[in-house]
Amino acid sequence: MGKKKKAKESYFFSQKSKSTDIKGKFIVGTTLAAVITIIAVLFVILGIIIYQGRDKFSWEFISSFPTNGMTEGGIFPAIIGTFILVILMSIAAVPFGTITAIYLTEYAKENSKFAAAVRFSVRTLAVVPSIIFGLFGLGFFIQFVGSGADNAFNGGELRWGQPNILWASLTMSLLTLPVIIVSVEEALKTIPRELREASLALGATKWQTIKKVVFPGSISGIMTGTILAISRGAGEVAPILFTGAAYYLATLPESLSDQFMNLGYHIYIMSTQSSDVEKTMPIQFATTLVLLILTLSLNLVAVIIRSRIRSKAK
Amino acid sequence: MDSQLQDKKKFTKESLKKQFRLSEFLAEKIISSVAFLSITVIFLIFIFVFKESLPLFSFGTNDKPKTEIHTTSDSKPESYDSGASEDLKPESYGESPEDLSNSDAIVQEDLKPESYGTPPEKLTQETYGDPKEDLSVATSEDSSASEQAHHSSEMVSENSEGADKTWSTFFTTEWVPVSENPRFGLIALLIGTLKVTIIAMLIAGPISVLAALYTSCFASKRAKEIIKPIIEMLAAFPSVVIGFFALMVLATFFQDVFGYESRLNAFVGGVAMALAAIPIIYTISEDAISAIPKTFTEASLALGASKWQTAFFVTLPAATPGIFAALLLGVGRVFGETMIALMATGNAALLSANPFESVRTFAATIGSEMAETVFGETHYSVLFFIGSLLFIFSFALNAIAEFYVKGKLIKKFQGK
Repeated sequence: MGKKKKAKESYFFSQKSKSTDIKGKFIVGTTLAAVITIIAVLFVILGIIIYQGRDKFSWEFISSFPTNGMTEGGIFPAIIGTFILVILMSIAAVPFGTITAIYLTEYAKENSKFAAAVRFSVRTLAVVPSIIFGLFGLGFFIQFVGSGADNAFNGGELRWGQPNILWASLTMSLLTLPVIIVSVEEALKTIPRELREASLALGATKWQTIKKVVFPGSISGIMTGTILAISRGAGEVAPILFTGAAYYLATLPESLSDQFMNLGYHIYIMSTQSSDVEKTMPIQFATTLVLLILTLSLNLVAVIIRSRIRSKAK
Repeated sequence: MDSQLQDKKKFTKESLKKQFRLSEFLAEKIISSVAFLSITVIFLIFIFVFKESLPLFSFGTNDKPKTEIHTTSDSKPESYDSGASEDLKPESYGESPEDLSNSDAIVQEDLKPESYGTPPEKLTQETYGDPKEDLSVATSEDSSASEQAHHSSEMVSENSEGADKTWSTFFTTEWVPVSENPRFGLIALLIGTLKVTIIAMLIAGPISVLAALYTSCFASKRAKEIIKPIIEMLAAFPSVVIGFFALMVLATFFQDVFGYESRLNAFVGGVAMALAAIPIIYTISEDAISAIPKTFTEASLALGASKWQTAFFVTLPAATPGIFAALLLGVGRVFGETMIALMATGNAALLSANPFESVRTFAATIGSEMAETVFGETHYSVLFFIGSLLFIFSFALNAIAEFYVKGKLIKKFQGK
């Protein structure tokens, strides 16, 4: 009887495992298919953009001005405009982001309401649609600060109360602030507590500890954050749509109150508002290729630095 | 020697300590005040985006802010329309003049006096009497003299009684912001936005959750290290690049496959936005699944469940709150996505349930029309109002994802 029961059980189990096996394989296969789909789409996008843009992509394309009503020539001013934008943006965003991150890791108490509010604000900033930053830039920087400055210092003459590269950069710096805060915070957390305690035990004050021990340890985190922020800022277009990007400029921006050309904005207007979209197709693909190379390589560098931080922490 | 040491100690205690205290104090205050910045920015965003839409809320009775707006936008006729464009506007939106004057009359007769009860002597005299005459004149004669007269009346109509009229048009279905009789029907835009969001989430949701499940439950450690960075690389694609790809490649491809009429439509936009949402949903839900305590899966495996059974019946349900948060943030991303919507959805505010029709989303409306509006105009305020709606929506989504989901997760893992 015992034997019979055992046989029955084993029969039951084998039956079950057999049926679940097929089902299981199917299910695991589905999830694998999802992964493969995403990766395939990614490489298809990359491949098509590289393939279509490779003819036009050259040093001359990068280093020359657009000519003939933007149907020929290069994208030099757009690249320079993007560079100026991200540099000004970093100058504004990196110090604030770093200090906020230092506050969150070093000064904030475990269950302080203020720190929780700061964290929540940072996360909200990260999910606010980028176009809202554009609206904010227009409403705050241009209409409020800029016009106010014009009225106060320029006697009402229009100089700052209009879209320009300074307002665009500041708008963009708000957008990238959370990126920097999160990266720096992550790096600060990897600094072992023993180091801090050793420093404090030697008689250093908290500020000295932060200055001499914590901050040097977070340099790589600041770098990752800055690079990721630059990558993000170089690619975003919505915030600068009406805070400073220009359709076409014959000269490079010379002062902070000038407008500028931007790679992403260039792609947008060339593909939607150009007089001859078909004819400028190679230029558009090549511009997209340049932008992609810029953002992807920046991201790659950031990923490498970040993985180094993580392996060091282990 | 002993006394020397004593001296040194005294030195540290008395002179140094006080000095350091001051710098400590300053450092802490400065650092926490900078940290306060992020909160300030959130408030400033809300205040300033909302402030610009405030003229919509002054319901025709108080005249002061309006006159202010009136004076600030004084330069409008010179800078904005050079006469000829005024004539073109009704035509460019494909409306016959009779229709226009008709609808104007309807709005005037039906909505104004009854629903809002504004002082008839003042407002209707100044603002409504004129446009009607002007319109009829314009339709019959179309002379430049009447146009000049029309100009001034239009300015008044846009600025001083804009509030009532604008609100009454919010719940209609027509989005015709630049015309003699501007209508700001948000319904069409809302439907468009929802359509794109639903399509994008139907694609991005399942794919990214399944991919996250594979990565954290089935993939070997080495495969995981390759898969994760590659999918996260998708997040580094600027949205303008995805929009461009959708515009140039996807649109043509899908049109060839499905053979529909309009090349750019909600479906193309939705697919493109799914690409933007996938990395967000994937990363957050992958984190959520990986955060499930190992005891859960080990217990399930020990009970004889297979790997996939564990993944689907133990891990996935336990991670539901986190995945829910991921989906919410994905919705937020799609809802506010501007560049893809601008480039790939066709930007026509049509009202239909067909996914292969052009749509116009909230964000795209702001992006495409803000540059053409004039400071202080009704259209400008309406766009800022849409912006505040978007902001409130994304704020609420984030708050739900943050508090509700987190609370649930903690409760779950503590077994309460």
